[in-house]
Amino acid sequence: MSEPRHLDGNSVAALLQDVFAADVTEHRGCCDHCGLVSQVATVVVYRDCPGHVLRCPGCDSVLMVLVTTPGGVKVGVGSLRWIEV
Amino acid sequence: MAGAALLGRLSWQVAEVVEIIPETPTVRSIGFEVPGWPGHRPGQHVDIRLTAEDGYQAQRSYSIANPAEDRRVVLTVESIPDGEVSPFLVGELRVGDRLELRGPIGGYFVWEPGNGGPLQLVAGGSGVVPLMAMTRANAAAPGPIPTRLLFSARTFDDLIYHAELEALAGGSLEVSYALTRSRPPDWQGYDRRVDFEILERSTWPPRDRPRIFVCGPTGFVETVADTLVAIGHPPGRVKTERFGPTGGPS
Repeated sequence: MSEPRHLDGNSVAALLQDVFAADVTEHRGCCDHCGLVSQVATVVVYRDCPGHVLRCPGCDSVLMVLVTTPGGVKVGVGSLRWIEV
Repeated sequence: MAGAALLGRLSWQVAEVVEIIPETPTVRSIGFEVPGWPGHRPGQHVDIRLTAEDGYQAQRSYSIANPAEDRRVVLTVESIPDGEVSPFLVGELRVGDRLELRGPIGGYFVWEPGNGGPLQLVAGGSGVVPLMAMTRANAAAPGPIPTRLLFSARTFDDLIYHAELEALAGGSLEVSYALTRSRPPDWQGYDRRVDFEILERSTWPPRDRPRIFVCGPTGFVETVADTLVAIGHPPGRVKTERFGPTGGPS
């Protein structure tokens, strides 16, 4: 059995803090595709350096992409309808 | 207040190694002195950044193993074969060395004695580290919360903190072990991967409404969390943190 490649929202806590200037892992976000509201710590995270892909734990659609660049974090917004900050 | 430290962006700070404790053949704990450290809560982690002479940087996350102490951060690091950062931290780093660190990070996978219980901890391998910070904070509290820890590892040698856990066990802490790959001849614990029966026998039942924290490799965490929900625990009471192949939560 090979180990699954994904992690969870805890693994991008610092990156999200770079973006929102606060810890948001306890906060909730909503998927625009399936409507699921989940805590940020529970989203599915795939790490593909230098980027992180955040997916909905309900329907697997891409909520957000975070890419670390020399100038800071570049944020791509997918099916994220809202996030509490 | 530690919570206030989570506001604002994190900045890199220079941390000095003040203590090194061997834990297992591949794991050691590293104590850092961090000037201006704002304090942390059990379960939080930090980022470590190493910079090579040519400017190349590598960054990893590691869970904090000690409860809140002034300016002091203890990380327990497992050396991952072919790893970029952990073999250096485990094999090369010496007392007096300095490196860059930022944190504390994360507010979700956190438990303090004031949060109440009973407390259920389930660890796979080095996933025990943030749970040990909770266990140590609980042991130091005036009225410790009744706690059960189920700790799964491959072999007896891989049981990080075993001697300390045995010394803490009894009283408010019950510890059960599962060894999945090999066992000593007189082994009294479980001899297989954590499953429904092990969880049902060695963890708090749903009627006790435990606060549950599960940490380890992704496959372990998902199997355990799904099984705990099948046993009858509300999904919202089961908090999880998945460790990557790099040994840290990132």
